[in-house]
Amino acid sequence: MSIINKTYSKFLSIFPVVILFISVLSNSKYNFIYDENYLSFYISYVIIFFWSLKRPEYFGYGFIFFAGILNDVIQNNPLGISSVEYLLICVLTAFVRRRIILQNLMYDWVFFLISILIVGSINYIILVYIFNIPIVYNSLLLGLFATFLIYPIFAKILSWIDNIVQVSINDKKNQ
Amino acid sequence: MSREMGRDDFVISARSVFLNKGNRQKFSLLTLIIISIVILSLEYFKSGPVNQIRMFTKDIIIKSSYAASVPFKSISNTYSTVVDHFKMYEEYEKLKKAERKKQNLMLENNFFKEENQRLKKLINEKNLYNDEFYITKVLLDQKSPYLRSLLINKGFKHGIKLGAAVRSGSYFIGKIVDSNYLTSRILLISDLNSKIPVIIEPGSISAILSGTGDHELGQIEYLPENINIEEGGIVYTSGSDGVISSGIPIGKIILENNMIKVDYFTDFTQINFVKVYYKK
Repeated sequence: MSIINKTYSKFLSIFPVVILFISVLSNSKYNFIYDENYLSFYISYVIIFFWSLKRPEYFGYGFIFFAGILNDVIQNNPLGISSVEYLLICVLTAFVRRRIILQNLMYDWVFFLISILIVGSINYIILVYIFNIPIVYNSLLLGLFATFLIYPIFAKILSWIDNIVQVSINDKKNQ
Repeated sequence: MSREMGRDDFVISARSVFLNKGNRQKFSLLTLIIISIVILSLEYFKSGPVNQIRMFTKDIIIKSSYAASVPFKSISNTYSTVVDHFKMYEEYEKLKKAERKKQNLMLENNFFKEENQRLKKLINEKNLYNDEFYITKVLLDQKSPYLRSLLINKGFKHGIKLGAAVRSGSYFIGKIVDSNYLTSRILLISDLNSKIPVIIEPGSISAILSGTGDHELGQIEYLPENINIEEGGIVYTSGSDGVISSGIPIGKIILENNMIKVDYFTDFTQINFVKVYYKK
């Protein structure tokens, strides 16, 4: 196996983690102003939900925890809040994975809505009631709803990436 | 019985979710959630060693995030460069049009200048003003609420006379009030003692601009009665004193508390070099 193939295969195996960190590092790019409200797409929620539901073996919970800390520092949130949110998504997806045998996009989509609503509520409660940080409720809700709407598109893209990664892993096994 | 089974299933699932480590997992979810909650609760300590550790951690993360974001930034910059390249032709066309317009205006300006000189010759009017100037360095900047003046390194040895106009860039900033052999003093228009004859456009309204000691705003005085001055009008030197040439822009009219004020174009706190006009 040539060095290029090895590097390519290694890169593909860490690709989901890379996508997660890119989404966290460039979070400020997904903010728009709509009707005097900030419309934020929580892309990291989508990525964590998708991968931890479909292929939890792709990235460790440690990476998710670290991504949360990184997000808090970049967003100037209280340290640890995003880690709690991200890990909570992992808890919910792990629970679903154990309870549901057949998965399809529709179920995932509905469950994604429930998950982000739970996580969003916890985010709101911690920031507003514990840390007294004012959050515009409409913006949060609008952002979560927008994230819910874009989930199928991202799910398709991430499935496509997943196929590529799987092919690479199988090739490696067969060699 | 079945309800008990369901509850047991739920407990087993919950236990396995929180405590079991899957493939490639070094930490259980419960451990990481507890660590996150501990870190979150430490946010309450805004002083002491906890805060210092937090600041240190944030510094490291911010620095490493900056380093990590460099490739993304360069990708974004490259994208902008490519987009700029695609827009280059459009921009070039725009600039070409603007340049053509500018050249037309310059030619028009030259024509009016020459026509003006010709007409002045016809009525035998002497040219009182001169376009010759020195660019001089400001040696000292005297600032107090009552004194706004600058000292420059050119004096009457260089032909600088009392009353000569001084500009910063294209804008009038004051006149020479004291000329020594090698140095001169400029009285800025913002000085309390400064009174300059001005003309306000549109309308060609003559008035006097008085300094107030404030380096941002001057005051318009001796206006003819029943005259309406609109905000945004431009104030120029009128040249009616026969010393300062006419038409040098000074500032913009603003109306404040029923008073007509002039917002100077020049920032008097940032003057390092000035143009002093002199006669040969």
